[in-house]
Amino acid sequence: MIKKLTLTAITALSLSLSGAFAAGDGEAHIEDIAFSFEGPFGTYDIEQLQRGFKVYSEVCRACHGLKFVAFRALYEPGGLNYSEDEVRAYAAENYEVFDAELDDFRPSIPSDYFPAVTGLGMGPDLSLMAKARAGFHGPAGTGLSQLVNGIGGPEYIYSFLTGFTGEEREVAGQFLYGNTAFDGGWVSMPPQLSDDLIEYDDGTPATEEQMAEDVAAFLMWTAEPKMMARKQAGFVGVIILAVLASLLYLTNKKLWAPHKYGKELDL
Amino acid sequence: MAGIPHDHYEPKSGFEKWLHKRLPIVSLAYDTLMIPTPKNLNWMWIWGIVLTFCLVLQIVTGVILVMHYTPQVDMAFASIEHIMRDVNGGFFLRYMHANGASLFFIAVYIHIFRGLYYGSYKAPREVTWIIGMLIYLAMMATGFLGYVLPWGQMSFWGATVITGLFGAIPFIGEGIQTWLLGGPAVDNATLNRFFSLHYLLPFVIAALVAVHIWAFHTTGNNNPTGVEVRRGSKEEAKKDTLPFWPYFVIKDLFALAIVFLIFWAVVGFMPNYLGHPDNYIEANPLATPAHIVPEWYYLPFYAILRAFTADVWAVQFVSWITGGIVDAKFFGVLAMFGAIFVMVLAPWLDTSSTRSGRYRPAFKWWFWLLAIDFMVLMWVGARDTNFPHDWISLIGATYWFAYFLVVLPLLGIFEKPTTPPETIEEDFKHHYPDSPSAAE
Repeated sequence: MIKKLTLTAITALSLSLSGAFAAGDGEAHIEDIAFSFEGPFGTYDIEQLQRGFKVYSEVCRACHGLKFVAFRALYEPGGLNYSEDEVRAYAAENYEVFDAELDDFRPSIPSDYFPAVTGLGMGPDLSLMAKARAGFHGPAGTGLSQLVNGIGGPEYIYSFLTGFTGEEREVAGQFLYGNTAFDGGWVSMPPQLSDDLIEYDDGTPATEEQMAEDVAAFLMWTAEPKMMARKQAGFVGVIILAVLASLLYLTNKKLWAPHKYGKELDL
Repeated sequence: MAGIPHDHYEPKSGFEKWLHKRLPIVSLAYDTLMIPTPKNLNWMWIWGIVLTFCLVLQIVTGVILVMHYTPQVDMAFASIEHIMRDVNGGFFLRYMHANGASLFFIAVYIHIFRGLYYGSYKAPREVTWIIGMLIYLAMMATGFLGYVLPWGQMSFWGATVITGLFGAIPFIGEGIQTWLLGGPAVDNATLNRFFSLHYLLPFVIAALVAVHIWAFHTTGNNNPTGVEVRRGSKEEAKKDTLPFWPYFVIKDLFALAIVFLIFWAVVGFMPNYLGHPDNYIEANPLATPAHIVPEWYYLPFYAILRAFTADVWAVQFVSWITGGIVDAKFFGVLAMFGAIFVMVLAPWLDTSSTRSGRYRPAFKWWFWLLAIDFMVLMWVGARDTNFPHDWISLIGATYWFAYFLVVLPLLGIFEKPTTPPETIEEDFKHHYPDSPSAAE
């Protein structure tokens, strides 16, 4: 299993690398999207995550796994607000898993994971893709712009999905597709999204850009499912520490006053 | 024990006397905590506490992380994701540990540059300085070993590149590299031993920290004037100092609360800012990342390593006189370790009789240039090696060595220092004119 995975990853990487080398000097173009989860106050838009999940489920899933994401994460706190029954039904209808005890395949249950997708021509696992790419690097490679814009993983995914130029070429029997977001400009993944490719349950028009944005948000969630809990802990900690620092400041001031100013300090 | 005269612990109750005869541990704690400390210490003297705190933070979070981590090549990466997704609070623990390393290095760099500016390395504090450098080296090793454990692409390729440095040693290098890795390449044996050593070294650091503190409690703290505390009598010493508890404990805790607040905000709101995206890709021995970049805290020395290519005349010269034994790669390795070694030698390279940089007008310029040089090397260490980065690295690396080997020895001879105050009390009075004459 692991060997197979490794082989797939190698194939995928070598293909994308050959693409990178073939093309040369294309400057990658990354669109800055104002995602709802950006900044210390940002939160996931659950409806967007559900839409993005549908895009993954109907489009990406054919060639990309999510091997670190359990089905149960979809209904657990911080998940996509589905009910346990909905997820149970989804897992059973869509995925089979090999059960060593049964020595046979059985329908997936919520405690199973989205399977890894392997084989020739399959793409890399997407569980962590939104954290494994940096959209922004500047200025001059210092990465300081990330302080304002974020690291840009989901922006990279959006720009990649919408960045196909329509050009196509064959290198050593392998088709490569022009893409303005991909380093080097040529990638082995063909364009996938087009307007009205799928139908959203909430009636949102399924434009190419909408689907790209939604699936980028969904993949940010698969990469960082605990982001909301993390920011919340961040806030609580910052407030507590601010109070503690203020008290220590006053204590310190009072403590030193007789030695610095020769008098007691009333606080 | 030598040191600044001060009141010592007197056992009073029967039990205290009984214990004191057998194990004077209360006395040790008392003398450590009540150590007379120069009262003019500024905010640059808070980083020691921050560093101690970092060590505790890293050990505590690390010990918990180990409970959920699996040091095996097929499972390590997945076990990290298990921590991030399924362990209660695991995502916060791991981000604290990863960013804790960054805080540790930010603090140690400020601490080191504080020492360089105020001449803390000079006699009689050379031993404190050398132990500090050993702690810094142990930190570098620990950080490197720890970065390998998540078994991402940068973990794997970083380990390959860094152990390759040892491979550059003539004749025995390859053997050393194989011995370090536990095989011909980075693999499960490497991960296992790195895990073991990553767990061991923090406790070595803790022991070194104890000796570091012991050493400067013997000599007394340096201070911004570089003037020693008067030690003629207890009364005289009291004019220059205040006891560590409560005055400096509270001051340091206040500073620590501010530093920790910022740290907490980074962990909560931008925990991946200082990391590298490639380390969220599982290690793949057959796919080399386009750019292998070490963690930010190694970059200045990584830049020095890469600065000396075969195009540099000094490298060609050394290669020629050693009959090719020292090639460009080995030269780079020597330069990298040499850059730290010249810091160790600073107490003997600095010939100035004035300790604190505050009273050395020319020294100040060279010092700040060194600080800027350090930042430039850090930046260029993450860039590719094309023009102009190759030249910037070379100039930066050259200045690093020149500062220690040329500037410090010569400044002591040619510089006219200004006059420091006679006593610490005088300096304190200059800042606080209303301070009472005798702090009783």
